[in-house]
Amino acid sequence: MHRFLLGFAALGIIAAGTAWALSAPRPLDEAQITDLQGDPQAGRTIFLAAGCSSCHRAPARDSDPLILSGGRSFASDFGTFHAPNISTHPDHGIGNWSQAEFINAVMRGISPQGAHYYPAFPYTSYIRAEPQDIADLYAYMMTLPSDATPSLPHDLDFPFTIRRTLGLWKTLFLRDDWAVTGPLTPQEERGRYLAEALAHCGECHTPRNLLGGLTRAEWHRGAPNPSGTGRIPAIAGPGFDWTEFDVSAYLSSGLTPEFDVVGGTMADVVGNLRQLDKADLDAIAAYILRAAREGD
Amino acid sequence: MSFKHLIGTLALGAAIAFPAMAENDPAVETRQGQFKLFIHNFGVMGAMAQGRIDYDAEMAQTAADNLFHVTRHDQSRLWPEGTDSMSIDGTRARPAIWDNLDDFAAKFGALQDATEALQGAAGDGLEAMQAAFGRTAGACQACHEVYREEAS
Repeated sequence: MHRFLLGFAALGIIAAGTAWALSAPRPLDEAQITDLQGDPQAGRTIFLAAGCSSCHRAPARDSDPLILSGGRSFASDFGTFHAPNISTHPDHGIGNWSQAEFINAVMRGISPQGAHYYPAFPYTSYIRAEPQDIADLYAYMMTLPSDATPSLPHDLDFPFTIRRTLGLWKTLFLRDDWAVTGPLTPQEERGRYLAEALAHCGECHTPRNLLGGLTRAEWHRGAPNPSGTGRIPAIAGPGFDWTEFDVSAYLSSGLTPEFDVVGGTMADVVGNLRQLDKADLDAIAAYILRAAREGD
Repeated sequence: MSFKHLIGTLALGAAIAFPAMAENDPAVETRQGQFKLFIHNFGVMGAMAQGRIDYDAEMAQTAADNLFHVTRHDQSRLWPEGTDSMSIDGTRARPAIWDNLDDFAAKFGALQDATEALQGAAGDGLEAMQAAFGRTAGACQACHEVYREEAS
């Protein structure tokens, strides 16, 4: 009996140790990111494609998209997230961050203090970005205004309040491979990069499992709206009949093929993407149509 | 009588008179029908603006005239209290409309201004129409961003 208990305790310690090891933050290789030289002009394109301001600008609908004061709230099954201040303010924003800290935050979901970020922040998509692009993004964001609005703490339910558990979540769901694979045209590849690494379409348009991981078998097939009633529409599958022209026109104008006008959270997405080159919107459209054919 | 005042008065009346009928409120169907009429005309100009069909001054002008008139349809009986997306199925009208009737009315007024400008420009060539069309789309979007629920 005594031996059994000892063995049980040993197993428990091993399990706890394994969980601790699995939940440790895993940053990028230093050598990969320290020497990168960011170009702010190129970074603006990344900023628009990645949709940073959709979540990080102030809550008012007409707030300045370049003042990243935070404060928007995002309800979910796990509680309510509040987007933090990521302006250049040295205390309330990210003004004191190094380039390496920034890239690890964006591409690995790790704070400068080594804590895990919640995947409401789509580093789960940004992990597929080129580090050079995120260095460009850093250079651009360091040119944006400073704002002194303090970030709000998230309002989450236990046990989601324990950030270390996110390390286990990352072990399960943080993956850097593409959702759409197989032979792609160069245009589809460009579109896949923009959509899967930056614009993170799949984060809302793909359903999630009980733990909040994306269900890749149903990529872009639509999902319940996490922050309210209604659904995020399917942009793949049998009911989706848009053409490439339709998708590109929608992203540049906010008009559906039936000439309904965009609203809700997608209005922010269109507000950013419409500032990209038409060739990039056409590439996203080519990718969306390619992804829509997956699993048919 | 102001737009807001009219809505409020009639909303109260409707709420007292037909509390159980909210689900089948004819006002909801009618207001959705009006948006279909908006889009029926707006879409003709949209198709021209996007190059899906060739610009035709006469067709554009007719659509713009129609849109001008249908956006002037009296709204006073179309938005009774209790016909929001939290109260009934089959509508995407957010409760925030009834919490912010002044703003909602102002945004509808902005749409009316935009369709007036569009009526003035629709027959003056593709570029003039496109600019006025874009402003009208912006007026639609300003309201959809705040007051329309995601589709179900």
